[in-house]
Amino acid sequence: MHYIYLITFGLLSIALVLIFIRLLIGPTLPDRVVALELLATVIVGMTGAHAIFTERSSFIDVAIVTALTAFLAAIGFARFLERGGPRDD
Amino acid sequence: MTETIVNWLVAIFMLSSGAFSLLAAVGILRLPDLLTRMHASTKAGALGVALMMVAAMLHFNDLVVMAKAMAVILFIFITAPVAAHAIGRAGYFIGVPIWVKTIKDELYSHYDADTHRLRSGLETEEELSKPAKDKPRIRMSSKK
Repeated sequence: MHYIYLITFGLLSIALVLIFIRLLIGPTLPDRVVALELLATVIVGMTGAHAIFTERSSFIDVAIVTALTAFLAAIGFARFLERGGPRDD
Repeated sequence: MTETIVNWLVAIFMLSSGAFSLLAAVGILRLPDLLTRMHASTKAGALGVALMMVAAMLHFNDLVVMAKAMAVILFIFITAPVAAHAIGRAGYFIGVPIWVKTIKDELYSHYDADTHRLRSGLETEEELSKPAKDKPRIRMSSKK
């Protein structure tokens, strides 16, 4: 069972690295916002894996709060993009 | 016996969750433009989180944890499309370039970037001649 946890954490970590590459190279700001949202989603999944790994169910609460803040950040960025002036990416 | 089956199910759900999250990451890295990247990230990412929460439900076997994990799944499934819609709309308005091989952009002939007005094609002459009431809520960037 221990190997299962390690493989899951490995897959999620590779996912985080790939998303972070897109966050760095993303040609426009909306691309980066999408990458940031997916980053938060993968972190929610990783929190669930950590809750299973450490046998502490309290981490599910952390997952709820992370999902909430990620949603608010995405909506805030979308409003900022619509209202904002000319930008140079 | 039941213990073993639950452990196997938890293992399968955790591994498939990691695989779907990795798939979403590969999609967001490899796909060509904003809309296709959003298509990869929202669906595969939400499915990855949902599978991990199902694994947590099975692992803890507790009613409180089950309710919380169900709340996370519902919240992700409600908010992911809403956030993707908001970002996609903002991206279209500020003129993010779309992929060259895109075969259809139905908003292209109906959306006026200067007045920020979307025509349905069913307006009367009077409505068309009337200038837009207020100035556009967004300012367009000068470069394409």
